[in-house]
Amino acid sequence: MIRILLFIFLVLFGATPPLHPAENVLKKASFIPHWSPQAQFAGYYVAYEKGFYKKRGIDLTILQGGPDRPSSQFLTKGKTDFTTMWLSTALRLAANGQEIINIAQIIQRSALMLVAKKSSNIKTPQDINGKKVSLWGEDFQIQPKAFFKRYNLDVKIIPQSFSVNLFLRGGVDVASAMWYNEYHTIINSGLNPDELTTFLFHEHGLNFPEDGIYTLEKTFKKDPALAGAFVKSSIEGWLYAFSHPEEALDIVLKYISQAKIPANRVHQKWMLNRMKDLISPPDGSPIGMLQPRDYERVDYELKENDLVKRTPSYYSFFVRCDKDVEK
Amino acid sequence: MWKNRGIAFKLILAICVSSGLIFILIFSFNYRFSRNIIEKNVEDNAQNLVQSKVNRIETVLLSVKKIPENLASFLENGSYHEEELLFLLRTVVENNPEIYGATIAFEPYTFDRGLLYYAPYFYKHDGKIEFMNLGTPSYLYAYLDWYQIPKELNRPDWSEPYYDEGGGNILMATYSVPFYKNVGEKRQFMGIVTADINLGWFQEVVSSIKVLQTGYGFLISKNGTVITHPLKQLVMNETLFGVAEGRADTHLREIGRKMIRGESGFVPFRSIDSEKECWMYYTPIPSNGWSLAVLFPQDEFMADIVRLNRIVVILGIAGLLLLSIAVAFIARSITNPLRAMAQATKEIATGNLDVELPPAKSGDEVGKLSEAFQYMEKSLKEYIQQLTETTASKERIESELKIAHDIQMSILPKIFPPFPERKEFDIYAMIEPAREVGGDFYDFFFIDDDHFCFTIGDVSGKGVPASLFMAVTKTLIKAKTSWDADPGSILTKVNKDLSQGNEACMFVTSFIAVLNTKTGELLYANGGHNPPLMIRSENHPPFREGGDEGFSGEVEFLAVSKGLVVGVMEDYVYQTDRIPLKPGDSIFIYTDGVTEAMNEQGELFSEERLKKQTIKLQGKSVQEIIAGTMEEIKSFSHGAPQSDDITMMVMRFREEKG
Repeated sequence: MIRILLFIFLVLFGATPPLHPAENVLKKASFIPHWSPQAQFAGYYVAYEKGFYKKRGIDLTILQGGPDRPSSQFLTKGKTDFTTMWLSTALRLAANGQEIINIAQIIQRSALMLVAKKSSNIKTPQDINGKKVSLWGEDFQIQPKAFFKRYNLDVKIIPQSFSVNLFLRGGVDVASAMWYNEYHTIINSGLNPDELTTFLFHEHGLNFPEDGIYTLEKTFKKDPALAGAFVKSSIEGWLYAFSHPEEALDIVLKYISQAKIPANRVHQKWMLNRMKDLISPPDGSPIGMLQPRDYERVDYELKENDLVKRTPSYYSFFVRCDKDVEK
Repeated sequence: MWKNRGIAFKLILAICVSSGLIFILIFSFNYRFSRNIIEKNVEDNAQNLVQSKVNRIETVLLSVKKIPENLASFLENGSYHEEELLFLLRTVVENNPEIYGATIAFEPYTFDRGLLYYAPYFYKHDGKIEFMNLGTPSYLYAYLDWYQIPKELNRPDWSEPYYDEGGGNILMATYSVPFYKNVGEKRQFMGIVTADINLGWFQEVVSSIKVLQTGYGFLISKNGTVITHPLKQLVMNETLFGVAEGRADTHLREIGRKMIRGESGFVPFRSIDSEKECWMYYTPIPSNGWSLAVLFPQDEFMADIVRLNRIVVILGIAGLLLLSIAVAFIARSITNPLRAMAQATKEIATGNLDVELPPAKSGDEVGKLSEAFQYMEKSLKEYIQQLTETTASKERIESELKIAHDIQMSILPKIFPPFPERKEFDIYAMIEPAREVGGDFYDFFFIDDDHFCFTIGDVSGKGVPASLFMAVTKTLIKAKTSWDADPGSILTKVNKDLSQGNEACMFVTSFIAVLNTKTGELLYANGGHNPPLMIRSENHPPFREGGDEGFSGEVEFLAVSKGLVVGVMEDYVYQTDRIPLKPGDSIFIYTDGVTEAMNEQGELFSEERLKKQTIKLQGKSVQEIIAGTMEEIKSFSHGAPQSDDITMMVMRFREEKG
């Protein structure tokens, strides 16, 4: 009897490789978020600071992202192993022949929105017709343009920079905003929510899942376990950040000040809270799933706008790799 | 409860409570009033202070504004070469100390068709003028606020404060003026002329604001961004609205909205760093719509008044205490003598008149009262002393009167029968003295063997004078009686003597009779006295010894000549009347004490009643007649005390035997 038990024990535990690889065998990896440090990436910073990556055998280097350091280029040029990107950005890269895959769709819900002052008499999408609308570049224009098309709006598009001052000063009637960022900046520039009309694209049938984790297909093939460990650790980081918001904010603020960017805790707190809203899947399924219907919607809109011609199939584009990773 | 409390307690309570209320009223009014004054002063101060700083800043901004405006005007109206442009720009930066840097940023491809961006920028660095072309791939100025906003607004605008990473890497604000070229009818946008100001100077101006100990000023931009604040982490990092959100302070948010709307105001405000209650004055900088606020810590500007109030409260309490002590002192000065007097009065009431009364220390009401008490005690003492003396003297007089009375009685013959050897007549007399010594008298004596004189009298008045007068009268009667004298002449002589030197104007009524024991002839004279009763025994058997039963006779008042009272008119002559007595006849003489004896109803005994009584008693012996009459008088008067002496005398003539 004892022998049998011992046998089972050996089969179960002794035969499998060690759970925690020794320190000296950590695998080097790098990651760049697609924007400057902020709570939008809290999960990764927290995971790093809490040692979640190290725990799973990754010696991770987080590179500083920013508007002048496009993460897509870092990925395609092999300067980083992992990065975050919008689904639309990634699909266009893939359509252009870049062999990138989505290994986790973190943000489920589009946070992109249009904001207008009620004082400009904009209350419905139709009211935007003929108005000056400021839009960010490229990927940020896909949803607005689809929105204008859907509501048959003729608007004057003005390039939008990083600030919302043009909108605040009345240089444009409608401005683009991220719900977790610029919208809050507007609120904290003295405009009350009830003075604003907002158009969140996910409420207008244009839900483009945003931040997802991407890697090159070849990187993944070389070491799927690394990708799995990275995703698993990142998700753990997010969950930890949501359950420990103040600690997460401390970590985020540390990265922000290291990047010599003004650090505003109130703003980052708003952002982290919105991240929780955006990341948590509405149906309660595990974090990180790219829903086929979301993929299809983005794919459709991109094709509809002649931004892509051929796109990879959902199954070759999205690889759920964290399921096999041990806790 | 209240009723039974002492005067001191009531006084202290009433005075302290009312003056305490008055004090509180005055104090609170004073506090509110002075507080309002101070707040108004603070507001005026704040307004002046903030306005002066705003004016300083505004002056600089206005002078800075002119430069890009002039440059833009030059660019619109003139033609220029690149060298000229660069020289102009450099000179501007060089000659204007307020300006940190300046650029002329052209729309893409408008300066040079082959050049996307052209933006020559001169700026100061370490005291030198540096040059830089802003149009680089890493500095896409066309999308920056300082370029885009005035372009879209088609008017000059002050930018939000910002760290210009591509440019000077300092905190700056930029005034941007768009310039245009007329292409036919249209004004074509050509670019932006800017002047940058280093906000370090602003920060210095605002940081130099020091109000009281901890008051300070801060500056916010049009977006509410904190440009200067003692709390460094707020600067360029937070907006007032972010701070409000962080503190869940909707009031702060509202103030912030008013500030960025360009309003001015004086509002209560919780200091962001020290959490102190403050008053804040804010007003906009007209040029760029930024808002300057100055905080006045309430506890600091109220410090003086708080200190003053503390002193006032202490003084007030001390005053109340002093007042209580003073009241207590006054109350005690009233109540202590009163209490002592109450105690002394109790003692006096028990009869101790030698009690020491509290001395009158003051001239006030209490002093007067103690004086009055002392006077009262003294008077009482004197009065009681007098009373004692009076009583003693009265007692002496009374005892003297008693002696006088005794003497008076002793001079009246009291032994009956007085002449047991004489069988010719019986005589009995008695006197019932009144409460006081009276003036009644009677007497009888033999003038010689055959002549028996008896008399009765009543002196006017009472007391010792009357008794003396009576003694004199009695003595005189006896002295004036001689063997041949008749009652009239006796009375005339007595009258004469009494009238002489009768200064007291006393008089006496008197009846004198002389009986001839041989013949039974009775001579008599009356000096104003009651007429005697004659008891006749005519129709009856002669008097028998030992039994008077069945004896009855005529009883009538003896006819008497009118005679004046004795002792009034000196020369008055009294008549002598005569009447023969038969054996058994009796004569009843009395004084007015008999007829005027009174019962309780004030009725007099009267002559009628006397006569009836005498008739009833006529057969009795002389002694029995008098005793019976006396009995009747007493039963009539029911023992009421009689004011007059009652004197009666009965003389019965008897047949001479052997």
